[in-house]
Amino acid sequence: MTENHKTMLLIGATSDIGRATALAYAQAGWQILLAARNTEAAQRNADDIATRTGAGVSVYALDILDSAAMPGFVDGLPVLPDTVVCVVGEMGDQDRAQIEPDHAAMVFRTNFEGPALLLGLFANRFLTRGSGAIVGVSSVAGDRGRGTNYVYGAAKAGLTAFLSGLRNRLAPSGLRVITVKPGFVRTRMTAGMKLPALLTANPEEVGAAIFAAAQGRRGRDVIYVRPVWRGVMSVIGAIPEPIFKKLKL
Amino acid sequence: MQLEGWGRYPRFESEFARIDDPRALPGLLGRSRGIIARGNGRAYGDAAIGERLTLGALGLDRMKAFDPQTGRLTVEAGVLLADILAAFVPRGFFPPVVPGTKLVTVGGMIAADVHGKNHHREGSFGDHVERLTLVQPSGEAVVCGPHDNPDLFRATVGGMGLTGVITEATFRMKPIETGWIRQRTVVAGDLAGALKALDESDAATYSVAWIDCLSRGADLGRSLVFVGEHATRQEVASDLPRADILPQSRAGRLGVPIDLPGWTLNKASVAAFNEVYFRQGAKKSGTSFLAHWDPYFFPLDGVHRWNRIYGRRGFFQHQCVVPPFTAHAALSEILDRITRSGKASFLAVLKKMGAGGSLMSFPMPGYTLALDLRVTDETFALLDDIDRIVVAAGGRLYLAKDARQSRQTFEAGYPALGRFNDIRGAIGATGHLASHLSSRLGI
Repeated sequence: MTENHKTMLLIGATSDIGRATALAYAQAGWQILLAARNTEAAQRNADDIATRTGAGVSVYALDILDSAAMPGFVDGLPVLPDTVVCVVGEMGDQDRAQIEPDHAAMVFRTNFEGPALLLGLFANRFLTRGSGAIVGVSSVAGDRGRGTNYVYGAAKAGLTAFLSGLRNRLAPSGLRVITVKPGFVRTRMTAGMKLPALLTANPEEVGAAIFAAAQGRRGRDVIYVRPVWRGVMSVIGAIPEPIFKKLKL
Repeated sequence: MQLEGWGRYPRFESEFARIDDPRALPGLLGRSRGIIARGNGRAYGDAAIGERLTLGALGLDRMKAFDPQTGRLTVEAGVLLADILAAFVPRGFFPPVVPGTKLVTVGGMIAADVHGKNHHREGSFGDHVERLTLVQPSGEAVVCGPHDNPDLFRATVGGMGLTGVITEATFRMKPIETGWIRQRTVVAGDLAGALKALDESDAATYSVAWIDCLSRGADLGRSLVFVGEHATRQEVASDLPRADILPQSRAGRLGVPIDLPGWTLNKASVAAFNEVYFRQGAKKSGTSFLAHWDPYFFPLDGVHRWNRIYGRRGFFQHQCVVPPFTAHAALSEILDRITRSGKASFLAVLKKMGAGGSLMSFPMPGYTLALDLRVTDETFALLDDIDRIVVAAGGRLYLAKDARQSRQTFEAGYPALGRFNDIRGAIGATGHLASHLSSRLGI
């Protein structure tokens, strides 16, 4: 464990990926701020991380759908963090989203609008300060829309595009924006699904990959947690639309 | 779903539900009768297979609090011992008692009241538990400990999950200077020599004997006795100057990818292995050397899914304890039976035990012997014979390992069973909480 005074903010702290990512930073000696809607569940993870690592961990209430409260949330943090990681995600129910606009809107807003607005606020403050890193967890589902999950996929595609633009805007100032596409991950969100072992990561793997990408010297911009996904998605992306539209995916 | 223990015998169909939050337990416990909690599935037999519903506790995997001044650690019951070691060895703390695998949950360690190589001096894991939270069949969460609700505590430690679902526990970790163990090997030519060597190691923190089960006649019970102490910083600095003083776990590199055919472990292959193992061990006798904590305490954890070496039918681990006065005669007779049967036992471990713990705890003063035997049609009768020797000697079998003992054997070995059943009755656990083990044994 190395001692330093860096602080990371984890947005979406009750998810399995969020928990694992915050733990990876805490193990490296970072101070941790956890933000979640359900602060009681987040506190359970905060106590866990603090006990395992001895790091300082604190919890803040945040509703990713409440954009009006976001400036107050950012200003209410004890410090402007050095790194912000947003892992917020909600797959929703594709069938339901096709017939219920409110459900589809919730999926759009949770996966795209909320994270984009909040990370945008941090970007402005990081620019003013002249330092800071932003990590957004998007999804391979956003690389190409598929009939079985295009509402979620479209929201993630929006987030991917937003992060790409933010990176373009911040790069001249030397600030980093990293897009993470985990692929399949064994979490409570995917519990019960049949997932191919080779393509499926554990939350701990995602957490370690995020930390490595954000702290590494290689300056990576877009990471697939399991490199095999980069190949899979480039094949899927290369299929001509007249053929793709007829595939069952 | 189909569930089995680590020994892979027997297998039963059971409904399965995960506990992700302790607050979900009252609802889960209300769903049916015949419920048992399951940790990481390391009990060998049928202890963690519910009659109807099995509640998986691995989602209760949060640590809660640690005080470096006192070493006091509070964790949820589904936390793995491996995670505790990974978090705390580098910070200079070690669990008070560890069993032979780190892939067990804290709840499982309490329910089975596990012991380790330090039982003769430091007791079982339950002896170090200061308090635990138990969700009773009614759904009510009760805190108990040696001084709070002591009757319930003494029924829950070693109670095989039959008093409720343990959700949280507090115990004290012990400070260590290093993560290394100074190990010394003593060669014992026969069983009497092994028992004597264990007696002479009473002052040592850790001691255990490995018996060559295939030696017979005058050599019956020839053993290597391993004695260990937590090494000091000075010892590590002088012997292993470049080593990490408080090293992380050592990831295992070996694995057993498939079920090996049952004949892989025949008498010849085991005899050859044992001969090499014994000679290698004997070479090191007298001298002492430093061993990394992970392979020292958990040698088999390095071999992923080692339970597959016994083939698809699985294996029994038979572990008994017998009192000091009858130990030599009873253990000689058991070893003689095993040797003559030609049923190769890959592992035979002998350990001295100190005072016993709770109502249904396995440990009692005496010596414990653990044998591994592949499941075959003949193994049942052989183990029944061995059980008769254990009962006659005033001993008992370890419920966490058991898959087949009779009610008579069980009742003879656990005189506090009546008290245990009374406490179960009083909290509405009878029938509501039931594993295949408890049904088989009439608990």
